[in-house]
Amino acid sequence: MSSLEITVSVNGNSYTETVEPRVTLVDFLRDKLALTGTHIGCEHGVCGACSVLLDGVPIRSCLMLAVQADRRAVTTVEGLTQEDGTPGLLQDAFRDAHAMQCGYCIPGMLIASEALLCENTDPTLDDIREAIGGNICRCTGYVQIIEAIQLAAERLREAGR
Amino acid sequence: MKPAPFDYARPATIDEAVALLDDDSIVIAGGQTLVPMLAMRMARPDRVVDINNIPELAGITDTGTEIVIGAATRQVDVLNSGLVAEKLPLLRKAISFVGHTQTRNRGTVGGSLAHADPAAEIPLASLAMDAEVTLKGAGGERRIGVDEFLVGPMMTAREPDELLVSLHYGLASGTRVGTGFHEMSERHGDFAMVAAAARLELDAGGACTQAALALGGVDARAVRIPALEAMLTGQAVDAALIQRAAQEIPRAIDPGDDQHASADYRRRVAVALGERALTDALEDAKGTAA
Repeated sequence: MSSLEITVSVNGNSYTETVEPRVTLVDFLRDKLALTGTHIGCEHGVCGACSVLLDGVPIRSCLMLAVQADRRAVTTVEGLTQEDGTPGLLQDAFRDAHAMQCGYCIPGMLIASEALLCENTDPTLDDIREAIGGNICRCTGYVQIIEAIQLAAERLREAGR
Repeated sequence: MKPAPFDYARPATIDEAVALLDDDSIVIAGGQTLVPMLAMRMARPDRVVDINNIPELAGITDTGTEIVIGAATRQVDVLNSGLVAEKLPLLRKAISFVGHTQTRNRGTVGGSLAHADPAAEIPLASLAMDAEVTLKGAGGERRIGVDEFLVGPMMTAREPDELLVSLHYGLASGTRVGTGFHEMSERHGDFAMVAAAARLELDAGGACTQAALALGGVDARAVRIPALEAMLTGQAVDAALIQRAAQEIPRAIDPGDDQHASADYRRRVAVALGERALTDALEDAKGTAA
């Protein structure tokens, strides 16, 4: 079972690595690239914790083989920070709205929210619920997560973005 | 929960892909159902054939007589297609119940159909729409109806050396066509406990010229209800007739018991959702839908 060489852009950096075909994208990100911000929850596409952006659209990285990401661009939760590594606008809003309890689902929630806010900085409650509908929070802290997304949207609108 | 080792091939054409298919290989498109099966080792192929780099497998085309959807077309592209919204409203309604943003961005229509989960929405809507599929194998190409394609739970008429190439949806002849889709699941986006897809065509006088009702989650595969369809065809359909015809549903299905719902409950839900889907289709056809 031969390994393959792939080149993937992750958060703007290009990585060339050799991987076995059976390695999922989330295992590649965590084990090969040491980008452990992306979490593994259910590992079969139900919980949404492993969400990343693939060429700008949200996907589940446990349901994609790393070899399928060859020559594609991936954004993980680490890519949502500012250039100096401090939290970005969306991450700040999650902190300010107390959206984190245990925090396990938050990388996936942030990615789903980022995808929503890139398309629409004035989402309705239904838009927000639909956007995070594929992400499970076992602490059931959805109310604060929704408030955090509303806060981030408000700050984006104030900033004229 | 890690897949067993396999070889990986990335063909660039349909013919190259077909040449790689045999008993020990499996096709990956969006991977939304295959990767969990690999991870749980319910599927242990020697070779995974990735069809994502075959451009001719993706796209939505209007030929004038039918809409052709490439098997590897993403669910999100079907959901957002103006052509599908206008010409295939039932498929659009069904896909709005399929998974979530993250899975629809990768999942394909052909993948859902080829996986043939008895509760999946895309096979269900395709059955209600009398869709057909094109399969290509080493021996050539063949085209069969979805009714023939769907065999049982995760079983289809596809031979191991065949590739599902495209889905074909005929265009309605009349102008007064209405559709309805209803589903019951634990949460929106989950697999259906029961789902119903209905389609009615009326003539100028309001009589029903064609009726279709398909139900999912209530048998080994999506099923049509011919006895109900026969009761509606040729009639001036109204609420009372729909209610009477829906009594045919429990006799035509064979639901199972599981942790989500009992067989008896599923039978009752199937009647209720069948009625609702037909009622929506009737209002839609009459142009009185809300």
